[in-house]
Amino acid sequence: MTTAAVPLSAPEKSRSRGPRQSIMSRSAAMLIMGVFTLYFLTPIWWLLVTSTKSGGDITGSAALWFTPDSFTTFFSNITGLFQYENGLFVKWLLNSALYAGVGAFLGTIIAAMCGYALSKYEFKGREAIFNVVLSGVLVPATALALPLFLIFSEVNLTNTYWAVFLPSLVSPFGVYLARIYAAASVPGELLEAARLDGSGEVRTFFTVSSRLMAPALVTIFLFQFVTIWNNFFLPLIMLRDQALFPVTLGLYAWNSQISQIPELRTFVIIGALVSILPLIIAFLGLQRFWSSGLGAGSVK
Amino acid sequence: MRMHHGKTTAAVVMVSALALAGCAGGGDSSGAPEAAACEPSTEPVELTFTTWVPGMDQVVELWNEENPDVQVTVQTGPNGNSGTYQNFFNQLQAGNAPDLGQIEYDALPNFRVQDGLENIAACEGIGDAGDQFIDWTWNQVTFGEEDAVYAIPQDSGPMALFYRADLFEQAGIEVPTTWEEYATAAEQIREEGAYITNFPRSDVNWFAGLVWQAGGEWFSSEDDGWEVNLTGEESTQVAEYWQGLLEDDLVSTLPSFSDEWNASFNEGDQWTWVSAVWGTSTLQSGAPDTAGNWAVAPMPQWDAGQSAAGNWGGSSTAVLKGSDHPYEASQFALWLNTDPEALALANELGGLYPAASAGADLEAFAGASEFFGGQAVYDVFAEASENVDPEFTWGPTMTQTYTDVSDGFGAAIGGESTLMEALQRGEDQTVDALKAQSIPVVE
Repeated sequence: MTTAAVPLSAPEKSRSRGPRQSIMSRSAAMLIMGVFTLYFLTPIWWLLVTSTKSGGDITGSAALWFTPDSFTTFFSNITGLFQYENGLFVKWLLNSALYAGVGAFLGTIIAAMCGYALSKYEFKGREAIFNVVLSGVLVPATALALPLFLIFSEVNLTNTYWAVFLPSLVSPFGVYLARIYAAASVPGELLEAARLDGSGEVRTFFTVSSRLMAPALVTIFLFQFVTIWNNFFLPLIMLRDQALFPVTLGLYAWNSQISQIPELRTFVIIGALVSILPLIIAFLGLQRFWSSGLGAGSVK
Repeated sequence: MRMHHGKTTAAVVMVSALALAGCAGGGDSSGAPEAAACEPSTEPVELTFTTWVPGMDQVVELWNEENPDVQVTVQTGPNGNSGTYQNFFNQLQAGNAPDLGQIEYDALPNFRVQDGLENIAACEGIGDAGDQFIDWTWNQVTFGEEDAVYAIPQDSGPMALFYRADLFEQAGIEVPTTWEEYATAAEQIREEGAYITNFPRSDVNWFAGLVWQAGGEWFSSEDDGWEVNLTGEESTQVAEYWQGLLEDDLVSTLPSFSDEWNASFNEGDQWTWVSAVWGTSTLQSGAPDTAGNWAVAPMPQWDAGQSAAGNWGGSSTAVLKGSDHPYEASQFALWLNTDPEALALANELGGLYPAASAGADLEAFAGASEFFGGQAVYDVFAEASENVDPEFTWGPTMTQTYTDVSDGFGAAIGGESTLMEALQRGEDQTVDALKAQSIPVVE
């Protein structure tokens, strides 16, 4: 906004004002970023602080600061959470890890192969297939949950691991990203060379192409992991057996029972905190591959 | 109107069910009111039971030990309106609903109208089980139809007045026995810097409990359709009463069951709560610092000397349509809700207040309660339970009705509207919703 107000026809003036202005705009940018950081981090801070309180303290003490016995309460909350109903919460965490981990891994491979094939092989109907896949991006997963439920009912697969796992494998956005990235980062000449050296197509994909596509694959994996981890509606509709719940649905079920069993409030809060840790770890752990990949792309 | 109410419900519900079955393109259900034959299976049976009552799996364990041939698996989900009801409807459509499901009384008509409930009246011991349950709960599961039982009452929520005995005594204020005295007390308490109670915008079923106490009815059924009457004499009386308290700033308007709401009880900013029997545990966990200072009295009355009570909450155990083993399912449901051992355990683990008449005699309800200064509070609720009007009927689209009325309550609390207007709007929108589902409405 400040730049727009400066008249461009005064070179001398603008030169003298230049550095000062950039400090101003920089600090404005910092301010805006600071506000947003605060905005995004405050709920997480609240979550962290509140998970160190129990029962009455949740309402009775300062909302955004610890109580004197926070440290011990935190640990008793954690043990309480993990022991409640014979470690049900651990079971949910493992389920989520299974759905999201394996689902995202296989989903990434499928999306990568599909995108790669659409990019590197010419065949009839290629664009048609791509467009159909792409239109899948436009359909919200929530809208598909009920039809999926009816289909899975037909084959008696509701209320099983497969009911949540199978639909998680497909990622139209992943296919799109893989195609774009394969077109940009896997040179046709390299594939020719591999063929001349006698490498089969599948082997070429796994040994050569997939490595060139690694940054895109990490992105697809992260996206897919987060999507499955946070997926709530599909498990809500598909699953009836508590032992199959992912952590999101489990916490939701507990939260809906708070008016009957008020002590669940503590567990829902600390459970929410524990349930976002894997996402934070996944992001921090894979971030390195991600940014180096984006850099590599920009050089070219 | 109330006199012929019971008999005509059957006709209306059946008409509705047929209309809907027609829309849905059929299915094998006939919607006929008379119960189908109900025979025990000759082979071992496995049943599934979906509920959200905590600890229900341990109660069912008792049954499974005694009945090796009828094994019940418990499946737990979020509470009804948070997803389980929608799941039931999806599963009914797909033909893989659980054999048994927990359904709250205010949701039962919805399931009945959508033809989602099995009539178990012909099953052994079910048709004449009515005398084992509190009158009004049995009416909820039969809809007043002849030869019909669609669920077994599970728990109930008779209402009474929780109040801070210590504060009332200190301030020298009499504990109100009528609503008029309650309003006077509200003014006196406001002068002390506190509120007599909180008006919750989202607990429309609480408000319905007050109308219920006043003798009002929101829904009733005539021969040719449902009658929706949120703005009857009694409803208006209750609405005007609370509107007055709101306008004079004599009640707070915190979101109920929220942290600040709990805190207001804990810190003595709220002196009373007109609530159901399960409120005992809500207060104990939400306001631990006030232990020993609470007491329970019967609800304030509209006419001095009466003893009418309202009800807030409660569910049934229903046998869902399409169950392969309605006989075993019905026997299990009856056992679950009448066996003293099962009732005691369900109360201990899940906090249920039984709908069975004998439930009031459970050991857990006997004697003094420390949190309530040594008062035998459950005696008050047991009596309230007997004084609940048995004729109150819920409508078939309560989720929608609650939402619309709650929106209106929100506007009334904000001063843009009134509680009476909220009820009028709720009534209009409910009529629209019923028509949209091809459910006949009498206007």
